Amino acid sequence: MTSQESPSVSQPPARPLWRRALGPRLRAAGLALPLVAFVTVTFLGPMLSLLTKSFYDPEVADALPETMAALRNWDGQGTPSDEAFAAVAREFVAARTERNLGRTANRVNRVASGMRSVIMGSSREMVEARAAAEAAGAATDGAFWRETMVAIDSRWAGPEPWRALEAAGQRFTARHYLKALDFERGPDGGYVRAAEVWRIYVPLFWRTFLVSLGVTLLCLVIGYPVAHMIANSPPKRANVLLLLVLLPFWTSLLVRTTSWIVLLQNQGIVNDFLVAIGLIGDDGRIAMIYNMTGTFVAMTHVLLPFLVLPLYSVMRAIPPAYMNAAVSLGATPFQALRRVYWPQTLPGVGAGCLLTFILAIGYYITPALVGGQSGQLISNMIAYHVQTSLNWGLAAALAALLLGGVTLLYVVYDRLVGIDRIGLG
Amino acid sequence: MKSSGAVVLGVVLVAGCRLAAEPPSGSPPGGDVEERSITAVSYGGSYARACVKGYHEPFTAETGVRVHVADFMGGLAQVRAQVEAGAVHWDVVDLNVAETVNGCDEGVLELIDPAILPPGPNGELPEDDFLPEMNTECGVGTLLFSTIYAYNRDVLTGPPPTRLADFFDLERFPGRRGLRRSPEAILEMALMADGVPKERVYDVLSTPEGLERVFRKLDTIKDQVVWWDTSAQAPQLLADGEVVMTTAANGRIFNAQVLEKQPFVIVWDGQVLNRGQLAIVAGTPRLDDAIRFVRHAARAESMAGVGRYIAYSPARYSAEKLIDRHFETGTEMWPHMPTNPANMKNYLMTDWQWWADHGDEMLERFTAWLAR
Repeated sequence: MTSQESPSVSQPPARPLWRRALGPRLRAAGLALPLVAFVTVTFLGPMLSLLTKSFYDPEVADALPETMAALRNWDGQGTPSDEAFAAVAREFVAARTERNLGRTANRVNRVASGMRSVIMGSSREMVEARAAAEAAGAATDGAFWRETMVAIDSRWAGPEPWRALEAAGQRFTARHYLKALDFERGPDGGYVRAAEVWRIYVPLFWRTFLVSLGVTLLCLVIGYPVAHMIANSPPKRANVLLLLVLLPFWTSLLVRTTSWIVLLQNQGIVNDFLVAIGLIGDDGRIAMIYNMTGTFVAMTHVLLPFLVLPLYSVMRAIPPAYMNAAVSLGATPFQALRRVYWPQTLPGVGAGCLLTFILAIGYYITPALVGGQSGQLISNMIAYHVQTSLNWGLAAALAALLLGGVTLLYVVYDRLVGIDRIGLG
Repeated sequence: MKSSGAVVLGVVLVAGCRLAAEPPSGSPPGGDVEERSITAVSYGGSYARACVKGYHEPFTAETGVRVHVADFMGGLAQVRAQVEAGAVHWDVVDLNVAETVNGCDEGVLELIDPAILPPGPNGELPEDDFLPEMNTECGVGTLLFSTIYAYNRDVLTGPPPTRLADFFDLERFPGRRGLRRSPEAILEMALMADGVPKERVYDVLSTPEGLERVFRKLDTIKDQVVWWDTSAQAPQLLADGEVVMTTAANGRIFNAQVLEKQPFVIVWDGQVLNRGQLAIVAGTPRLDDAIRFVRHAARAESMAGVGRYIAYSPARYSAEKLIDRHFETGTEMWPHMPTNPANMKNYLMTDWQWWADHGDEMLERFTAWLAR
């Protein structure tokens, strides 16, 4: 990629040379331009913009600017000044009238669960209180609002709702990352572990990691002999076998996943068969789907080709003569496999496992369909926060942690094995 | 060698892209400029069919405006997303009252002038003809539906469950339970089954101890639960014998009973009634047609049209008189209606104000509980 070193010590006629050297390069780079533009617009841009949301959240700060200004001098103890009460009342009543307070309340509720009902409930009565005060000709200053708001909801007399407002009003924030790691800000400003009912993300990360590892190993155990058989079959048979691997690969993911439902469900084919041959009773049908088993089985099936294909390419390049030589030199078949064949397939094993593992760690359609509740992975939580709770900040933080984890894994693999040792044939 | 590697890599990449490409749901109708159309969103399956037969088709016949039907699973998420993105392609959405109240507060739904509500067939005034609390600032009431639990008589052959508490009784009624993956109605049912009088359900739910109690009760059946997302899944799980009993919207079970002759039985004890409304997505470019559509749906005839296909009670008194038998099978409708006095011996009316204020928190807490 580096260029232009050569004409640096330049004589006067360097320009045409420089042009001559650059022209073809530019033209070659031009061919890649559509791809670069495509990747930038459809992948890098959205990804960066989403990742930005994990630490930048201006919504509340923009919606309640006066409240935020009034809270800036508050020490976080007791209640803030009358000025803050007046500012929050002014902005709540205005937003309530314009019908956009609900969005702000949702944002604050993410910082402290319960704040939505405090804000929406109070503001409903605050609109009425202001109208009543204006009708009576009474002043609506800070002292008035302090009294009124505390009367409406006694929680305004404590520091908690104010702390929540202040925290939600920070434009740059680490709270999404804290939440994604099951931590929260304690009352004294330090970091403490979240209450036990809210600790869900770290266990889910672990589960995702272990399931992906398990699925990858299962794929390797099942896929290795298959790849070996295809690689060592005569071309005609190899083509047929390869087609058997590729055919499911070309089938829609949804079709393959739902087929497992037909097979594994309580009244499904496998259970029916086991009952028919008398292995289990009709009331002892095995729960093989809508749980972790379902996730494992379906994911292994869906991901198997990603391990078989790289392995197959590498194995085909290994001359059978090596194994013959090893055996003829006195090695048992197992020794020959372990000391001659296996080391030569390692680039394929590495490539296949890395590919399978990275795909598995981001899976969410399959677990969503067949995993039940115990078989859900971290990606299902990301999808939930993108689609249902619309908490994109938290979704972005979870995704960033996942991305960081995969990158770390890649770097570790590179250090230990060397990424150039990966081979696809 | 090299080329085969490249082919494999290519296949892997192509497949990777295909895996990543999720089919979009609820895509906008084709850009036919000449033909006027709106998109009405509801819960799909037999309910959507009842709406199409009950009032979409008559509306199109009367106005020439076509109605595209899109499915969703309830909730405001997609409406919020469309309005925030400025890309509104849904026009009218079927929601419950708590959702329209929240959507109204957030400005993602249009205000609906009560003056558009049509009078009843005999000139009944809308303010007298609608059942109480059916209409809100952004929502026009169309029906009452109920969350009940049902069982399959072919699967559950012993003594039948009769009370709400039986749903949580794994000793007397072993087997898996179907539950909707949503806190709505389940929280109330769990508390009532735990012995909380129905008048006190929302007071108890408002306290931290009450919430602990709900989830402790739900914990007792958690590992036996099959969670479902779309209403059509509930009768399917029951028919497949995947669960011995499941919560469901009562109309879905009714349809499976009369159209598919399924041996399902509804347990009305502890049913949780809720109000269904139509709302208009804020900023829709087809506002006029959307209002005409909602006005049409608010007629007693339209509600009766739905009520002759699926067992949901109409939102107007005048419509009750128009409902007699199921349109296709001739089954008497009223014995299956949630508001039939025989089915209302022990019922709870959903407190929409409570859900409007606490819905997001409950969803958050429920999701955290599920994930553990």
